[in-house]
Amino acid sequence: MNRIVDHPILGPLADAEVVHIIVDGVALTARKGEMIAAALIANGKNTFRRTVKRDEPRGIYCGIGRCTDCVMTVNGIPNVRTCVTEVAEGMVIETQLGSGEWQ
Amino acid sequence: MKRVQREIVVIGSGPAGLCAAIEAAQAGAGVLLLDENAKPGGQLFKQIHKFFGSADHRAGVRGLDIGVQLLKQAEDLNIEVWLNSEACGIFDQNSVWVVRDKQHSITVEAQRIIIATGAVENSINFPGWTLPGVMGAGAAQTMINVNRVLPGHRVLMVGSGNVGVIVSYQLLQAGAQVVAIVEAAPTLGGYGVHTAKVRRAGVPFYASHTVKEARGTDHVKSAVLVNLDSNWQPIDGSEFEVEVDTICIATGLTPAVELAFGSGCTPVNSPALGGLVPVHDAGMKSSNESIYVAGDVCGVEEASTAMEEGRIAGLCAAHSLSYLDEAAFSRRFEQLQHNVNALRSGMFGQRRREAKESIVSSYGVHR
Amino acid sequence: MSRREHEESRLKVSGAVSLAELHQTAEYILPDERFSKPVAVIECIEAIPCNPCETACPVGAIVIGDDITTLPVIDPTICTGCGICVAACPGLAIYLKQKNHGPGLSYIAFPYEYLPLPKAGDVVTMANRYGEGVCAGSVVRVVKTTRFDRTAIVHATYDSAFYEDVVNMVRL
Repeated sequence: MNRIVDHPILGPLADAEVVHIIVDGVALTARKGEMIAAALIANGKNTFRRTVKRDEPRGIYCGIGRCTDCVMTVNGIPNVRTCVTEVAEGMVIETQLGSGEWQ
Repeated sequence: MKRVQREIVVIGSGPAGLCAAIEAAQAGAGVLLLDENAKPGGQLFKQIHKFFGSADHRAGVRGLDIGVQLLKQAEDLNIEVWLNSEACGIFDQNSVWVVRDKQHSITVEAQRIIIATGAVENSINFPGWTLPGVMGAGAAQTMINVNRVLPGHRVLMVGSGNVGVIVSYQLLQAGAQVVAIVEAAPTLGGYGVHTAKVRRAGVPFYASHTVKEARGTDHVKSAVLVNLDSNWQPIDGSEFEVEVDTICIATGLTPAVELAFGSGCTPVNSPALGGLVPVHDAGMKSSNESIYVAGDVCGVEEASTAMEEGRIAGLCAAHSLSYLDEAAFSRRFEQLQHNVNALRSGMFGQRRREAKESIVSSYGVHR
Repeated sequence: MSRREHEESRLKVSGAVSLAELHQTAEYILPDERFSKPVAVIECIEAIPCNPCETACPVGAIVIGDDITTLPVIDPTICTGCGICVAACPGLAIYLKQKNHGPGLSYIAFPYEYLPLPKAGDVVTMANRYGEGVCAGSVVRVVKTTRFDRTAIVHATYDSAFYEDVVNMVRL
């Protein structure tokens, strides 16, 4: 269970509108207002892209939009920093290979 | 290309930028506050612990509540705030090129600019450091305190400075287990009260240790720790493995100086405060008459010092535009200097105080 | 940790302040059997700029002064055991203690910021400064008020043989 449902300082997790996203063809739910990276980690997905040369997995590193380790292809646009981009209804998110391709 | 004019533009709405904007607005200046993020506050809203200092520094109040108070102040002062707005460059010392919502390009002609862009986490490299599960301690803090998502369940923390031990405590509060905290130096870096909190929760510290390797195929599965000798060299045969799914790196911050240096602000090297920083005077003015700096961008310290430096920058920037009479300015300036100096006292603060004094005293030389 | 490791450990190596270091600190005042109610004990041994404990105390039992890096000094004879300082300390370095609360029982009220919270009547494991369980504890009450700003204070009795050792409880 990755969502922090109750917290000694932050209190119980408030209800939020459900947002539907599609990740590598699989329909998942996210919370309105949250960053793509958080939604993916909450759903148990930690690998966001793979490198071209050695096919190595990459996930988040800095978490604040500076390092670009977390980039994925979102709605056809590659290299979207998932840690600082909010989920949107119907968003199509794909594990990116290398620097991705424009579609 | 759209062009607008503003009196004071503050770049970055973390504790330094927010306080700079508020102070300048209180002095009567027109302020535009920019932030590249969707929400203001910088790292402040992730600090769910109570701050130190005195009542003047809002000691005993949780960081996130201080953030809420500051935002309310900014709102009450009707400060103009542009979120999702990246300051991509500063030209001719007065023009800020801003891109809003990744689409609209605007040039803001500013009489004064306050750069409060904060700092970026460092990383250390070891085999396996690129595996998913290895992340900055700040990234873990963002995940648990802002997004309310656990990035992992068994964590190794690398670094025992305040960031490392505070985030370790917050990981425990979030429901993760912190398997160990390693520190390469022979003694721990963070405040004793912070290390004591996690130690009495059963988290072990390993001084003179570092992480040698992260193991796993698609994700961190374990970490190999190794003992270091007095020359910081790994001792063969002292390796041992711990089962973790997350490795948080808390090995310091480096000021985010691109805008400052790109605009021509003279750098000065301050190893105690994170490396190269823009030189500044006691009023937080850079080598450039129209550009001020505040917070971690001109020396990595704490949120409380960032707030005071922000206030000093906002006050001086506004006064340089003829706001506030001399008496009012002097009174407030003295008070803010007193506040920031109080934060730089004591055994931990002394090094920072000396480093800041060195920056300020080299101001005349570097210009 | 072995007894020897306990004795040789230091705050800046083990993370926890050792009894040896505490006993060398004049400001660490552990109330003895003469006190008839729990009073505050402050384990703040590094000079950092911080004074919310002094500001919080309603009866002036804690003194720091103008130089806010000065270690706080508690006068346990003035302390009423209200516990406000326990929640106010940003370092969670203060607790209330009483050596002889009942036959063979000591008393502690310590800050606790985890979930789940224990309840009055629970039997818990009391922990030392290294997080090791050392004896059973009986929870007397758990105080959570708005004034304490989300820091709960757990009150418990425990075997007085471990009077000085106990500072926390093992999480539920």
